[in-house]
Amino acid sequence: MHPQNNVVLHVADVHKRFGGLHALADIDLQVEEGKTHAIIGPNGAGKSTLLNVIIGRLPPTSGAVIFDGTILTGKKPHEINQLGVARVFQTPEIFSDLSVLQNVMTPAFARRDGAFKINMFRQVDNEHEIREEAEAMLEDVGLISRREVHAGALSRGDKRRLELAMCLIQKPRLLLLDEPTAGMSRHDTNTTIELLKKIKARGMTKIIIEHDMHVVFSLADKISVLAGGRIIAEGLPEEVRGDPRVQEAYLGGAH
Amino acid sequence: MTSFMSRKDFILFAGFTIVVLLLPILAAPFGAAYPDLLQRFMIYGIFAVGFNILFGLTGYLSFGHAAFFGVGSYAAMWSFKLLSINALPALIFAVIIAGLFALAIGYVSLRRSGIYFSILTLAFAQMSYNLAYSVLTPITNGETGLRMTLQDPRALDRLFFEASPGAPVPSIFGMSLSGWNGFYFTALFMIATFFLAMRINNSPFGMMLKGIKSNQNRMNYTGFNTRPYTLTAFVISGMLAGLAGALLVVTDPLAGAERMRWTASGEVVLMTILGGVGTLVGPVIGAMMIKYFENIFSSFNANVLNNFYSFLPDGVREVMVTISSKFVGEGWHLSLGLIFVLIVMFLPGGVMEGVRRIAASFNRRANGNKAEARVATAPAE
Amino acid sequence: MFEVIFLQFLNGLDKGSAYALIALGLTLVFGTLGVVNFAHGALFMLGAFCAVAFRYFLTLETVTVDPTKLSPWGQPVEVREPLVQAWFGDFGAWLVNYSVPVSLLVCIPVMLFVGIAMERGIIKHFYKRPHAEQILVTFGLAIVLGELVKAFFGPNPHPQPMPDTLRGAADIGSWLGMRAGVITYPWWRLVYFLFATAVIGAVFAFLQFTTFGMVVRAGMADRETVGILGINIDRRFTIMFGIAAIVAGMAGVMYTPLLPPNYTLGMDFLVISFVVVVVGGMGSLPGAIAAGFLLGILQSFASMTQVKAIIPGIDQIIIYLVAVVILLVRPRGLMGRRGVMEA
Repeated sequence: MHPQNNVVLHVADVHKRFGGLHALADIDLQVEEGKTHAIIGPNGAGKSTLLNVIIGRLPPTSGAVIFDGTILTGKKPHEINQLGVARVFQTPEIFSDLSVLQNVMTPAFARRDGAFKINMFRQVDNEHEIREEAEAMLEDVGLISRREVHAGALSRGDKRRLELAMCLIQKPRLLLLDEPTAGMSRHDTNTTIELLKKIKARGMTKIIIEHDMHVVFSLADKISVLAGGRIIAEGLPEEVRGDPRVQEAYLGGAH
Repeated sequence: MTSFMSRKDFILFAGFTIVVLLLPILAAPFGAAYPDLLQRFMIYGIFAVGFNILFGLTGYLSFGHAAFFGVGSYAAMWSFKLLSINALPALIFAVIIAGLFALAIGYVSLRRSGIYFSILTLAFAQMSYNLAYSVLTPITNGETGLRMTLQDPRALDRLFFEASPGAPVPSIFGMSLSGWNGFYFTALFMIATFFLAMRINNSPFGMMLKGIKSNQNRMNYTGFNTRPYTLTAFVISGMLAGLAGALLVVTDPLAGAERMRWTASGEVVLMTILGGVGTLVGPVIGAMMIKYFENIFSSFNANVLNNFYSFLPDGVREVMVTISSKFVGEGWHLSLGLIFVLIVMFLPGGVMEGVRRIAASFNRRANGNKAEARVATAPAE
Repeated sequence: MFEVIFLQFLNGLDKGSAYALIALGLTLVFGTLGVVNFAHGALFMLGAFCAVAFRYFLTLETVTVDPTKLSPWGQPVEVREPLVQAWFGDFGAWLVNYSVPVSLLVCIPVMLFVGIAMERGIIKHFYKRPHAEQILVTFGLAIVLGELVKAFFGPNPHPQPMPDTLRGAADIGSWLGMRAGVITYPWWRLVYFLFATAVIGAVFAFLQFTTFGMVVRAGMADRETVGILGINIDRRFTIMFGIAAIVAGMAGVMYTPLLPPNYTLGMDFLVISFVVVVVGGMGSLPGAIAAGFLLGILQSFASMTQVKAIIPGIDQIIIYLVAVVILLVRPRGLMGRRGVMEA
């Protein structure tokens, strides 16, 4: 793999140890601008750990994560987000007590006003631009009819779509998706795939962690296979699909 | 008007203002229409509204807010003693000092959340209380409490006129603040506080605070630095507590450490819960109810009770009087504690939640299924 | 200098014992039921008032006028005699004398009942509710219990005498080969410390060596897994709450000769005990005990005049100060697990 000019995210030689356990070893990943990069692997391969290291939730034992020339390691979650990295969690993290519309407006404020601003003398009702933008986003994910509903009252699938909308409205340069279709029905999964394809067309870079091979092969431009905390294979979907090591570790091992 | 305040908000604010200003008439049927009690409604209303900005909006349960109330009282009293008997500098001074105090305590306490935050604030409040009683006696006058004397320097007043004979009484530009003046003075601040709370509640800032209460983790991953938000909320609520404390000294010129005890902190929590956490008017209603019942219950004595139960035969009456007397007069706090337990158990949303439930059940009867959908929608407040 | 330090160390032991006992109960309740119990201090106070009530009944007197004896003013003398003494003679007198330790026997069933009633009646409805609501309801409960006691016993402290034989002080210095009278320590404080050690030992032994205790410890570590095993953990937890109440109550009974109890006793100790629990580490029993003694002793050192001369008022705030520092530097406390109760 040759370093390329349009690499957005570079996970450089990252190691992560928990006590004696070597959760990640020698991880070197390059994610190119505008591409969808899938990370797959059996349970316990270290996928979530890797995502947590990228997002700054866990500090790596050694190595660094570089996003667009900035070292993310040691930065706080809100700083990383403000640089243009958004994340969809495995279990949806939304504001259950706020309405669906407010859920989507909140991240839009973060994008416009930055990490902290005491704007207590403006009124949310007068923020027409942000409201319209949020409504358009809800239209995109198909939640517009439920905009006044308490987010906590949504179904699991709707919560995931809402969280996706919350990330998308920030127009992040890099979107991290942690099993975006886990626990979804086949129908919901397909809707989500269509949605993700749509944003791909807008040129957003994505890292996607996924179990569902159907999702992975429909979306990914490039796949890295993680097993035992190491990257055992990397390449285009067709290449990875045929790789015997992958079949052994992934398809044969865990399933 | 629409760009300044939505129609719904305007109606709410106008309604609130009218009710507050008409309290002397509205409270008459309840036997509460005298300035001393009504101004306590206002003062504790301000305290509770301020507390709600922290607890109701941001979700941080402080058990030490009485410290800011107390600090406000002392600061106002010192302004009376050193500067002037004019209430305005006293209030400004008190709000600033309480704000600085809140900034320091908040900065430290907000590094933790949940129960740890509650315990940290409680610890700070207890420290303040203990110090007020011991080494800080030169400032607080310990158990006796701080009051004005004729010997006070009152530098600003002395500049303009000779010391007037008689005990000094707080005033505003020469107008005395006793009696109804005092009520209207505090009512103005209550209305202003309510306005502020309403603006915050409807602002993007308020939405961020609600986001923090709902899911702080998501706020961080959404790009918000939550600590300055929580600190701002903490300082605002501390300043309002200081304002309330100062107003209490304006109307009743004695500042004592008793007001900083954890029981006082608990009282404001109770007011907020009783009225409705996170609602705009709830805390004011809660404060009024507590102060009203405190007034009524503590004035009951055996005679009143005997009259009350006069329809009962002698033996039964005596038993009833004995039992009831434990709950009234000196025993008012027992009733308070019971209310607290019952509210938290059965109506954690407070009076406002009760009102909403009743309204919803009426709506449902009126509109059939349409109401079901409304119950699930986010409350506007 | 050694004497002074040793003396302050001893002086801190009895307060430390009380803190440790309350914190032990708090931790048991928190660890098993997951509930932050602000009413736990009230249980300590209720225990203390078991002793007050018991003594009150013991000292009900008969008043007889003896016309054969005249006072110096020529009036007949009123002879007061405790009823128990009249009925049981010497045993009655002994009972009055030893009323405080004997009321432990009264306190145990009372506190068990109060504890179980509290858990079944109120607290069990709060297992699944937010911690803020648990705090609030138990806080309200603490007010109710305090005010009930005030309604029946009045607002003033009720001094409780210690048994005659345990008055005075032990000359601990002379036991250690020092000059007599250098280090003296009141007998009752020594008794309190030994009592606390025994209770703590008993609770640990109970948890360590009985099947019941093993299940409870497993439950404290991982409630759900134990539930899956089909063990009825709830009933055991109710009993644990009762035991925590008994421990707090007994601690209160024995503390009465050291500090005359009144209705605010519970909250005064609760606030400090919470601090103790936090310092020790939420959910850690050894942490609670260690922190209890540590803070008691620290408080005792802070009250030395030499220390107060350097930092005035330090004795009033030392405990809270330590708590603030610990919470900021090491939020899980001295021995706590990571992340317990955060958020």
